Amino acid sequence: MASAHSIPSIEERFEFTSGAKRNLMIGGAVGVALILVGAYLAANGGGHEAAAHGAEHAASAIGHPTPENAGKAHEAAAAAHHEISWVARIWANIWVNAVYFTGISVVGMFFISYNYLAQAGWSAVFKRIPEALPAFLPVTGVIMLITFFFGGHDLFHWTHEGLYEVGGPEYDPIIAGKQGFLNTPFFVGRLIFYFVAWYGMWRVLRNFSLQEDEIGGTDFYERSIKWGTAFLVVFGVTSSTSAWDFVMSIDTHWFSTMFGWYTLASWHVSGLAVMTLTVVMLRERGYLRAVNSSHLRDLGKFVFAFSIFWTYVWFAQFLLIYYANQPEETIYFIERFRGYDGYFKAPFFITLILNFFLPFLILMARDAKATHSILKVACWAVIIGHYMDFYTNIMPGTLGSNAGFGPLEWGFFLLFLCAFAYSVASQLGKANLIPRHHPMLEESLHHDIA
Amino acid sequence: MAELTGKYLVGVYDDDDTVLHAVPRLRKAGVKIQEVYSPFPIHGMDDALGHPRTRIGIAAFMFGVTGCCVALTLMIWTMGIDWPMIVGGKDPISIPNYIPITFELTVLFTAFGMVITFFISNGLSPAAHNYQRFDVRSTDNKFVMAIDLGRNTMSAEDISRALKDSGAEEVNIRQF
Repeated sequence: MASAHSIPSIEERFEFTSGAKRNLMIGGAVGVALILVGAYLAANGGGHEAAAHGAEHAASAIGHPTPENAGKAHEAAAAAHHEISWVARIWANIWVNAVYFTGISVVGMFFISYNYLAQAGWSAVFKRIPEALPAFLPVTGVIMLITFFFGGHDLFHWTHEGLYEVGGPEYDPIIAGKQGFLNTPFFVGRLIFYFVAWYGMWRVLRNFSLQEDEIGGTDFYERSIKWGTAFLVVFGVTSSTSAWDFVMSIDTHWFSTMFGWYTLASWHVSGLAVMTLTVVMLRERGYLRAVNSSHLRDLGKFVFAFSIFWTYVWFAQFLLIYYANQPEETIYFIERFRGYDGYFKAPFFITLILNFFLPFLILMARDAKATHSILKVACWAVIIGHYMDFYTNIMPGTLGSNAGFGPLEWGFFLLFLCAFAYSVASQLGKANLIPRHHPMLEESLHHDIA
Repeated sequence: MAELTGKYLVGVYDDDDTVLHAVPRLRKAGVKIQEVYSPFPIHGMDDALGHPRTRIGIAAFMFGVTGCCVALTLMIWTMGIDWPMIVGGKDPISIPNYIPITFELTVLFTAFGMVITFFISNGLSPAAHNYQRFDVRSTDNKFVMAIDLGRNTMSAEDISRALKDSGAEEVNIRQF
C-alpha cells in the first residue's frame, strides 16, 4: 500500500561473513572431492561403456540410409575406435559450466543495460545484485580459453586439421566450407573479444554506479544510459555469435538460425532466476528491507515470462525442424532422442519439465510470485534446468556415448556454483547494498503494482 | 453487478490524493464505504478500501484449460480418429503439430472468457442503457465516493459531516 507503508533505511551494507565464506569454501571442497571421485571412476571405466555404445549407435544410424546418417555412422564408428578418454569428459564438463556461468554473469550486465535504456525506475533498489554478477566473467573467460587450448581438440570437431585437406581421408566439404569462420585464430580472437568487451563495459558502468553513490547527481545516470545502450548493441551481436561459437559449433554440421536467440533466452532466464534468488536470500538474512512485495512480484513475473519465452524459442526451433524434416537438421534431435541408446532422452525432457512446466504452474498465481519459498523453488528449478539445457546441447556432440551423469557432473556444477556465489557475495560487500543516489531510487522505493 | 437499490450518500472529491487519504480515515471512524469511482486507477485504493481481491484470475485459468482441452479434442478427433489424415509425413495424431493451435485456442478462450465475465459481473453490455451512476463527473474530473445508508448504522448527518471533514467538496443524496 503506497500511501501508508514506511520506507526502511536505504543505508545498509552487505557483510560477507566468515561463516558464509567457510560454507562456500566447504561447498567448493565437496565439489572438488566429487570431481576427484568422478574422475577416478571415469578413468577406471566406471562411466559409460564407450565402445559398445559407439558401435550400437553406428549400427542404428546405418539403419536409416540417408547420406547424412551414413556420415554420422562413419563418425560414430570412428569415435568408437578413437578412444575418448575420461579427460575429454572433464573438459566437456568444464565447458558446460563455463558457458553456463558466463551467460548468467553477462546477463547481469544485460539486465542493468536494458533497465538504463528503458529508464526503468522500479529496479533501482536492487540494482546492485545484477551489477554484481559480471565480476565472474574474467574467471570463466580464462577457464574457457585454457579449456579451448588444451581440450579444444576433444570438444570441437572442427579443430581437426584433416577435415580441411582436400582429398584427404577425413576431408569434409561442409566443414571446410565453414573454415572462414570456424578456425582457431578467429575463434580465439572472438572469444577474447567477447570477454574483454563484456567485462570492460561492465567495469565502466560499475564505476559510474560506485561514483554516483559518493557524489550523486544525474550525470552518471545519463552516461550510464549511453554505455548501457552501447552494450546492448554489442551484446545484440555477440550474444548470437558467442552462442554459435560456444555451443552450436560443437555440432559442426548442424545449424539453426534460431540458436542465438535460444541461447540468449536460456542465459537470460537463468540470470533472472539467480537475481531473484539472491534478492530472496538477502531478504531472508535481513537485508534489502526496502524491496517490497511489488518488486518481488515483478521479479517473479520476469522469471515466469522468460521461462515461457525460452520454451517458445525452444519449441519454435523444434517445430520448424520437426515439420520440415530435413535430414541434416533433424539429426540434432534424433541424436538426443534415440542416439546413444536414448541416453539423452532423460535430460532432454527434464529440461522441459524444470524450465517450463514447473515455473509455469507454480509461479502462475499472483501471490506465489511474492512468496519467498515458492520463488526459491522456482528459481532453483530454472537454475538446475538450464544447466541441464546446456548439458543436453553440449554433451552429445562432444562426448556422445561417453557422456554420463555422476559425481563428476555434480562436482563441477557445485564447484562453479560456489565460486560464482563467492564472487557475487564479495562484490555485494563492496558498496552500499542500495544505490543511495540513483535518480530513480525514490520511484523504486515507492514501487507499487497494487 | 447486482442492481443498486436504496439511499446513498455521495461524496464528491476534487483530488485523488484527498480521496485516497479520506478512505482510511472514514473507515476508521466507522463508515462503511460502498465504492469509490475515479476517472483513472488510484494506486493503493483497493487496499485502502479493503475490497476482497478479484477472482478473475481463477476464471481465466478455467477458460484457458477449457480452450486447451477443446483444441486438443477437436484436432485429435478430426485429424486422428474420425478421418485419420497424414500431413507432412507425420502420424495422424502428432502432438507437436497441434501445439500452435492449442496455444492459440487457449489464449482465445482466456481472452474472450475474461472479457465476457467482466461484462456480466459489471452489468455491462451493448444492450444496456440504464447504467446506474452516482455522479457522471466521475468519468471526467471528479472522484466520487458512494456510501450505502442502509448498510451504515451511523446517521446520514454524521456521515455527511465526516465526508466534508475528510475533504469532500459536496455531499449529495442519491436514491435508486
